[in-house]
Amino acid sequence: MNPNAYIVLSSILFCLGLLGFLVRRNALVAFMSIELMLNAANLSFVTFANVHGNLDGQVAAFFVMVVAAAEVVVGLAIIMMIFRTRRSASVDDENLLRH
Amino acid sequence: MTPPTIEYGLIAPLVVLILAVVAAVIVEAFVPRHTRHRVQLGIAVISQLLALAFVTVGWNDRPGQAVMGALSIDGPTRMIWALLLVFGLLAVLLYGEKRIGGGSTAFAPQANAVPGSLAEREAIAARQENTEVFPLFSMALLGMLVLPAANDLLTMFVGLEILSLPLYVMCGLARRRRLLSQEAALKYFMLGALSSAFFLFGTALLYGYSGSFTLADVDASITRSTQALPLLLAGAGLVSVAMLFKVGAVPFHSWVPDVYTGAPTPVTAFMAICTKIAAFGAFLRVLFVALGGIRWDWQLLLAAVAVVTMVLGSLAGLVQDDVKRMLAYSSIANAGFILVAVVGAMATGTGLDAGRSGSVSGTLIYLTTYGLANTGAFAILTTVRQAGGEATSIDAWLGLARRRPALGAVMTLFLLSLAGIPLTGGFIGKLVAFTAAWQGGYGWLVLFAMAFALVTAAYYLRVVYVMYFAEPNTETDIVHPGWPTGIVITVCALGTLVLGLVPGFALDLFANAANFLR
Repeated sequence: MNPNAYIVLSSILFCLGLLGFLVRRNALVAFMSIELMLNAANLSFVTFANVHGNLDGQVAAFFVMVVAAAEVVVGLAIIMMIFRTRRSASVDDENLLRH
Repeated sequence: MTPPTIEYGLIAPLVVLILAVVAAVIVEAFVPRHTRHRVQLGIAVISQLLALAFVTVGWNDRPGQAVMGALSIDGPTRMIWALLLVFGLLAVLLYGEKRIGGGSTAFAPQANAVPGSLAEREAIAARQENTEVFPLFSMALLGMLVLPAANDLLTMFVGLEILSLPLYVMCGLARRRRLLSQEAALKYFMLGALSSAFFLFGTALLYGYSGSFTLADVDASITRSTQALPLLLAGAGLVSVAMLFKVGAVPFHSWVPDVYTGAPTPVTAFMAICTKIAAFGAFLRVLFVALGGIRWDWQLLLAAVAVVTMVLGSLAGLVQDDVKRMLAYSSIANAGFILVAVVGAMATGTGLDAGRSGSVSGTLIYLTTYGLANTGAFAILTTVRQAGGEATSIDAWLGLARRRPALGAVMTLFLLSLAGIPLTGGFIGKLVAFTAAWQGGYGWLVLFAMAFALVTAAYYLRVVYVMYFAEPNTETDIVHPGWPTGIVITVCALGTLVLGLVPGFALDLFANAANFLR
C-alpha cells in the first residue's frame, strides 16, 4: 500500500479545518472545524500504523476519539452558556475583553 | 498475554489525586449543601498534602519508568510535582477564601443561570456556593502532574487535555462580571482546542517518522538517519506550537490577556503559574529527550520566539491601566524570559554540564520565584475592592500603601521580585536562568532579556509609585483577608525573601533534580 495518498489527504483535511476555524464566525462551525483537524490526525495515525506495522497508531486513534468526545462536552457547555446569555454564537460578538 | 505492570509506589501522588477527584464528586452528590464547601476544601488540601508527602518520601528513590513506560519518574518530574503541589495548595486556598467576598467565594453560585436572571438572584439569595470547582481543580492539577511526567507523546496529549478541560470550565465561573468570564472561557476553549489539534497532528507526524510514541524512540530515529525528514521537522514544529500556546509565548499569546482578565482571580493565579510549570516541564522533556538531536534547528527558532515574546510582553504591559491585565502581560514577558533559559541547552538530555547551571534547573528556579511573587500579587489583588467586586483598575490602587502600610509593603516586595531587584527571589531566578543561556552561548539573547527586564521593571514600579505617592482613593475598600488568603500572602512573601537572601540550599536542591531519564 502506498501511504502517500492518505497522508496528503489527511494534510488537506487538517488545512481545511484550520481554514474553517480561521474564517467561520459561528462558534459551533469553528468548533466543528477543530473536530475535522482531529480526524485528520486520526487518519494519519492509522495510515502510519499500517506503514510501520504496529498497533500504536490505531490505539492512538481510539484515545483521540475519547478525548474529542470529552472536549465536545465541555465545548458545547461553554457555547450553550454564551448563547443563552447573548442569544448569539458568533465569535465576533464576544468583544468585551479588548485592549 | 501478560497483564500490564503498574508501579504504584512511583505514581502514588497521581493515585492520591485521582482518589481525591472521585471522593470530591461523591461529596458533591451526598453531603448537605451548607457543609459541602468546608468538606471540599478539606479534601483538596489534604489530598495535596498527602501527595506532597509521597513526593518527598520518594525524593531520593532511583528514577524509573512507571506504567509500562508511559510515565518517567525522574529528578525533574519529582521537582515539578513538588512545585505544582505547593502552588496548587496556595491556589486552592484562594479558591476557598470566603471572607473577602463578604461570606461568598469568587465563583458563581449557579453557573448555568443566565446572568441577571431570576434563577441567579434566587441562588444568590439562598447563599448557594459553587463547590464543583474543587473536583475540577483537583482534576486540572492531576493533568498537570501527568503532563511533565509523560514519557510518550500520547500520554502527554492525554495529560494536556486533563489539564485543559477543567480549566476551560473554571474560567467561566466568575461570580461577578460574568459576561467577561464567559467570554474568557469561550476564547480559551476555542484557541486551546486548536492548539490540541496542532499537538495531535504533530504527534501523528512524529509517529510517522519514528514508528513509536516514546520520546526516546524518536531520539533514536533521529540519530539513526542523518537527513532531517520533512515529517520530523513538521511534527516537531506542530508539537512546539501547542506547547508555546500553553505557556503563552508570542505569537500564540493572544488569549493570555483576555483569559487572565476575565477568569476569576483564584483561577488566574492557579493557571498563571501551574499551567506554566507543567507546560514548560513537558516542553523541556520533548525538546531535550526527543528532539535533542536536532537542537541546532530549534534553538535559534526558540531564541527568536523568546525575543518577540519579551518585546511584546514588556512593551504592551507599559500601556495597561488595569493591574490584572498588566500582570497578564507580565506573564507573557516572563514566558519570554523562561524561554531564554530553555534555549541555553547546555547538554541535551540533561540540560546540565558538570558544575554548571543548566536549562532545566534554571527554568524551574525561575518558575518558582516567579510563581511565589505572582501568586502573592494575585492574592493581594483580590482584597482591593469597590462596591463589593474586585477593583483592578490602577485608579483604585491610588495611595493603597499609605492606607495599609503592611499590605503595601508586601505588594511592593512581590512587584520588586517580579522586576528582578536584588535581595528578592526574582533576582536569583533571573540570574540562574540567564546564566544558563549565557553558558549555552546565547550572550546576545541574555543582553536582550536584561534590557527588557528593565522595561518590565518600569511597569511594576509604576504600581509601586502609585501605591505610595498618590492621594488615596477613598472609594476603594481594602478588605481584611480571611485565613486562607492570609496564609497565601505570608507564604509567598516569606518564600520570596528566603529565596532572595539565602538561595544556596534551594539552588543545590534544583541542581540535583535536573537529569531527565531517557
